[in-house]
Amino acid sequence: MQAFEYASPKTLKEAVALLGTRWGEADVLAGGTDLISLMKDYLHTPKRVVNVKGIKELAGISKTGAGLRIGAIVTVDELLNNSAVRAEYPSLIQAARGIASPQIRNMGTIGGDLCQRPRCWYFRTGNGLLAMKDGKSLVVSGDNRYHAIFSSGPAYFVSASSFGPPLIALGAKVKLTSATGSREVEVAKFFVTPQNESSREIALLPNEILTEILVPSAQGVKNATYEVRHKDALDWPLVTASVALKMKGNTVESAKVVLGHVAPTPYVAAAVERALAGKTINESAAEAAGEAAVENAKPLSENGYKVQLVKVAVKRALLEAVKA
Amino acid sequence: MSSKRDPESQTRPKGGFSRRSLLKTIGVGSGAVGLLEQDIQAQTGAANVAGPGEVPVTLTINNKPVKVNVEPRVTLLDTLRDRLDMTGAKRVCDRGTCGACTVIIDGKAMYSCTVLAIDAQGRKIETIEGLSSGSRPHPMVKAFVDNDAQQCGYCTPGFVMAAVSFVRRNPKPTEQQVNEGLGGNLCRCGTYMGIRKAVLQAAKEMGGRNA
Repeated sequence: MQAFEYASPKTLKEAVALLGTRWGEADVLAGGTDLISLMKDYLHTPKRVVNVKGIKELAGISKTGAGLRIGAIVTVDELLNNSAVRAEYPSLIQAARGIASPQIRNMGTIGGDLCQRPRCWYFRTGNGLLAMKDGKSLVVSGDNRYHAIFSSGPAYFVSASSFGPPLIALGAKVKLTSATGSREVEVAKFFVTPQNESSREIALLPNEILTEILVPSAQGVKNATYEVRHKDALDWPLVTASVALKMKGNTVESAKVVLGHVAPTPYVAAAVERALAGKTINESAAEAAGEAAVENAKPLSENGYKVQLVKVAVKRALLEAVKA
Repeated sequence: MSSKRDPESQTRPKGGFSRRSLLKTIGVGSGAVGLLEQDIQAQTGAANVAGPGEVPVTLTINNKPVKVNVEPRVTLLDTLRDRLDMTGAKRVCDRGTCGACTVIIDGKAMYSCTVLAIDAQGRKIETIEGLSSGSRPHPMVKAFVDNDAQQCGYCTPGFVMAAVSFVRRNPKPTEQQVNEGLGGNLCRCGTYMGIRKAVLQAAKEMGGRNA
C-alpha cells in the first residue's frame, strides 16, 4: 500500500472539504472491504484517505413521508436487522443475505456497495477498466467466464454491486454531496458504462460523497431478489435478478426487472417489464419472463452458461415475489 | 518499521529476542531520515489530518490500552502481528476473503487485514490471545480440541473468533445456522465437519452466557 495521509472528520462539511477535484487525490473510506484491497494492489494510490464512519449525518435508517432513507454508512448487518426494511423490502434483505460472510456484513456499507470497483480480474491485475491491449480487449480473447453477457464493448466487466439491482427495481435515488451542494441521482443513472479508460463506472465525482439512499415506499409492491453463486458461503454472485411488481389484485400493473452481474451496470430487462404488464404471475408466466430476459444476450466465449442462469434467476425471483 | 520513539519498549514482552526483533533492529538505520521528514509534515499539516508518517495510535485490545506508532496505511492485522507480537490472527489472503485474521471489534467479527489500525482506535478489540483466562481454555477452544476441528491449524484462530462472535449472537444455533454463521471463514484442509460439531458443543457449554 502506498502511504497516505488520513483524516476522520466528524461532519459532512469537513469531509467534503478534504476531498480532491481529481481521482487519485483522495479516497473515501467506509467499511474498507474494497478500498483497502484496492490500495494493497496499488490500483488506488490516494494521497489522502477520508474516513467517513464517524459522520452522524451518514448513519441510520429512517422512515420518511416518501419511503425510507438509508444512510450511506449503514452496514449490511444493520440493514439486515432493520424492522422497516424487513417489513417492506424483502428484495434488499435477500440481496444482503447474498453477501454470505458475517465479517463483510459487519464491515461493509450500503454506500460502499454502490461505489465499489469491478471485480474483473483484468482490472484487478492492473490492465485497466476496459482491459485493452494493442487496441484489443483482453476479455474477449481471454478468460471471460465471469464477464458480461449484455455488452457490445468496450467494457465487459460486470457491476459488482449487490444492492444496485434491487434499488433500481424499487426506483431509489442516491444523494451526492460536494462542498458546493447536493444532487439527487436515480440509482439507475448512477451506474454508467465507461467508454474510455479515464472514466468511471459510477456517476460520483471525485469531490462528492454518496451520503444517503432514498427508497420509495414499497406498499403494494411485491419485490424479491434471487442470487445464483457457486458456493453457499462467501462468493461473488454469478447472476442476480431483482424484481418489483406493482400489483392490481392478482395481476401485474407494472414491473421492474433488473439483473446483476451480467453487464457493466445493473441491467434493466425492459422487454420483460413490457411482457409482464397485465399478467398474473404463475410458473409459466415466470418462465416466459426468464426467456424474454435473455433475448438480447451476447455471451462471450466462456460465459454462455450465464444465459441459462438469468432465465432461472428471473423465474425464481418472480415466483418468490408473489409467494407471500 | 521503525521510529525515533521506540513503541516496542511499551508493548513488547521484556527480555525476549525473537527473529522479529532482529529484523526490526536491522531496519532502523535506513528508515530513520525519511520518517523524520514525514513526522514534521504530519505536525505542520491540517489539524485533523494525520500521516503519511507514523502517528501515535492507542488501541484497546482485550480490555487493555496499548500504545503503538504506525503509519495510517498499516492494517490492524499487521499491527497486531508485527508490532505487538500478537500472532494469533493469521495473515493468509490479506484481502478480506479467507477469515484467518478474524478478530472481534465492538462485539462484531471483522477481518483485521481490512481494518486500518488508526481506524480501530476507540473501538473494543478482542483477539484470540484474550479469549481464555489463565490456564483454563475458553469453551470454544476446548470444543475445537475435543472435536479435532483443525488439521494444519492456520485457519483455527480466525475460525474460533468468528465462532465465538456467532454463538454470542446465536446461543442455540442449528447446524444450518452454524454453516451460514461461519460463511466468512475458509479451511483449506476441509475440517468443516469437526468445526461444525465444535461450535454446536461450545454453544451448549457457553449456555447463552456472554462468554
